[in-house]
Amino acid sequence: MKKLLTAVVGSMALASAPMAMSAEANKELKMAYDSDPVTLDIHEQLSGGIMQLSHMTFDPLLRWTKDLGFEPRLAESWERIDDKTMRFKLREGVKFHSGNELTTADVKFTFDRLKQSQDYKAIFKPFSSINIIDDYTFELVTSEPYPLLLNTATYIFPMDSEFYSGKTEDGKDKSAIVKHGNSYASEHLSGTGPYVVTERQQGVRVEFERFDDYWDTESPGNVGKVVLTPIKENNTRVSALLSGGVDFIAPVPPTDLKRIKRDDDSNLVTMSGTRIILFHMNQDRVEAFKNPKVRQAITYAINQEGIAAKIMKGFATPAAQMSPAGYQGHNDALQTRFDVAKAQQLMKEAGYEDGFTITMMAPNNRYVNDDKIAQAVAAMLARINIKVDLKTLPKAQYWPEYDNRAADMMMIGWHADTEDSANFYEFLTFCPDEDTGAGQYNAGQYCNPEIDALVEKANVETDLDKRAAMLKEVEQRLYDDAAFVPLHWQDLAWASKKGVHIEPILNVMNFPYLGDLVVE
Amino acid sequence: MLAFLVQRIAQALLVMFVISVIAFAIQDGLGDPLQEMVGMSVSDEEREAIREELGLNDPFLVQYLRFAGNALQGDLGSSYFYGEPTLDVILEHLPATLELVIGASLIIVVFSVPIGVYAAIRPQAWLSKFFMGVSTVGISIPVFLTAIVLIQLFSIGVVVDWFPADTGWGQWLNEALSTEGGLPSYGRGDELTHLFGTWESGFFSSGGLAHLILPSVSLASIMLPLFIRLIRAEMMEVLQSDYIRYARAKGLSAGRINFLHALKNTMLPVITVGGVQIGIMVAYTILTETVFQWPGVGLMFLEAITRSDIPLIVAYLMVVGLIFVITNTVVDLVYGLVNPTVKLTGKKA
Repeated sequence: MKKLLTAVVGSMALASAPMAMSAEANKELKMAYDSDPVTLDIHEQLSGGIMQLSHMTFDPLLRWTKDLGFEPRLAESWERIDDKTMRFKLREGVKFHSGNELTTADVKFTFDRLKQSQDYKAIFKPFSSINIIDDYTFELVTSEPYPLLLNTATYIFPMDSEFYSGKTEDGKDKSAIVKHGNSYASEHLSGTGPYVVTERQQGVRVEFERFDDYWDTESPGNVGKVVLTPIKENNTRVSALLSGGVDFIAPVPPTDLKRIKRDDDSNLVTMSGTRIILFHMNQDRVEAFKNPKVRQAITYAINQEGIAAKIMKGFATPAAQMSPAGYQGHNDALQTRFDVAKAQQLMKEAGYEDGFTITMMAPNNRYVNDDKIAQAVAAMLARINIKVDLKTLPKAQYWPEYDNRAADMMMIGWHADTEDSANFYEFLTFCPDEDTGAGQYNAGQYCNPEIDALVEKANVETDLDKRAAMLKEVEQRLYDDAAFVPLHWQDLAWASKKGVHIEPILNVMNFPYLGDLVVE
Repeated sequence: MLAFLVQRIAQALLVMFVISVIAFAIQDGLGDPLQEMVGMSVSDEEREAIREELGLNDPFLVQYLRFAGNALQGDLGSSYFYGEPTLDVILEHLPATLELVIGASLIIVVFSVPIGVYAAIRPQAWLSKFFMGVSTVGISIPVFLTAIVLIQLFSIGVVVDWFPADTGWGQWLNEALSTEGGLPSYGRGDELTHLFGTWESGFFSSGGLAHLILPSVSLASIMLPLFIRLIRAEMMEVLQSDYIRYARAKGLSAGRINFLHALKNTMLPVITVGGVQIGIMVAYTILTETVFQWPGVGLMFLEAITRSDIPLIVAYLMVVGLIFVITNTVVDLVYGLVNPTVKLTGKKA
């Protein structure tokens, strides 16, 4: 009888769903991520967790669509005034959680704060100023023509200037960004976003409730309450979904993909990601790596397809370059080049037929299956007589070693904060320069000023087609030169209970637009 | 008694001093705390500035003396991650762990004493042999695996269809072996009762108790077999002693002999071992808490290590050291109560 009753209620809810669109947000969503946001101050750290929080509690000026285009949010429209200036029109009548109304003063406050933030100031360096025209019009000005102006504007989540200004009771500045230790902004939040933080116990749970005065009344989202529990252990997170303890989990570990697919009550969504996993070959440490033939031999010896299929269980897209599909620099012509005979041939030509011994380091808890990937690469290199002395470390110990360039080959995974190809080159293949910070993570010490110059040129080219051509050429030249060993782009996976429609709100940047989530 | 306590306090201070030095000495091996605090693209200069601010660039001795100076005033530093004093962070997480240990201890006490005594009195009974067999299996399966199996069985549920469903017995066996699932598999739930201070208890609501079941059983799974075997062995030895034989000859009832005279003496070594094991159990919770996402100090400690949250690691180790000293002291006091022939001051009676 009870079952029958729920069935009836269920079908009634289903029937009334289309009418209830956006009208009533009364569903509850329990979700589990692998971590919870470290702070409520969205400018304290630039990380995946904070971006996810930002999209739940704030709104950006504009945001990425699924196919990496832009969609207006708090900025209604924008137009280019000249090659250094973009004029934005702000949406009117938008309210913050505190009740204050959004104006350009808040945008200016946010812009200035971003320039102060240790994690964001590098991204906002190309911006020279913000001009306030009136309450709902402003201009962003860059010092040079800057093609990534809109990409960067997706990081501007206007903060409530009135709420974050002034002094706390014990005399601290409310707008201060404090990296360690608590601040007003790390414990209080007022944004324009779909959810208000109602309760937060760090590391245990965060509760959100839908913001009654949310400006986006068109949003189909019908979730009234979100409970976020961080579950670090992969197995436990999957169990929580399968046992019905939570409705939505991310990330899904590759080993459990099948288990979730098999489960009739669950839904699995996977996407090719944008984080490239690669190895650097350190030319300062190994003389042989200075020879392009040796570097090419190594790229020919590595079976990316095999790693993606066997170790990653199909949960990765094999890569021959850094830019994933959809990025301006992505060059379709570049294919993985696994060919052991060719690799041996190149080693012979380079005069290293008998091979040599190198050291290799990789983290063992940073990327999906990182240590196993490193072991596989080491085994593959043995076939061209390169003997590898491999050491894998937990990430906390790995990065200091990385900064010291402590091994001949080192693994790194990189996601471009700007969602643009140039970011990869600037950090991973630019000639290392301590003063400018270029090539900060270039553990290969690869240096080709011509390529760097080409990237710099692309960075001031606002004609996007021309720019794309330049970046594609950069990929091609890095490929020909075998500047690094690309492995794959790590895939992304989310899973939910049936009836929780996560597919439309997910994206490759991995910040689900939970405000628009529809739950049956 | 007073001298004993003073001696123990001095001992505790020494233990904590040694732990703090060791913990401080290994911090370089724990990695760079900045990695968890800043994004990847933050420049080296910015990092250096934060490092300087945190005092991470000072020589070891300067850092340690600064820490020790503050510690003597009761300030064990602030966690990099939580941004709060480490002691507050630990106190916030400690009740969850203590409840887990209490839950597991209850299970151990309730099951180990009757089973152990029964197995000692009737060593040849098939039930005794069954218990002993199961306890061998129990002791050799790691907590981690027990926990995962428990989650699969009682939280997710298992459908068994090995037997032909069209026969009566087949269907019966299928149903008997299938499990429903439904028990919570992570966390403490949201039905917690506030007791005092930071203590939120799960013992006073059905939801809270449901969340306690699987983690407590997992944690108990390692210790329970140990205690059953210990009680059995001790009891069997006591049953051989002269005063038991004399009691038998005198014609006392079996119940009186077994439960009044024999059990009391059996419990002496059990209390000693038990006290130490409770301390160890606090350490074992690291695994259990990780699998069940139990928000206690074990999970907190493990995460502190992956984040290189050095102040929190040091403070946790010191607190655990203190807990060990305290449990040992309590055990010694209890021991004195149970067995009056033992004097606390160490002089043999």
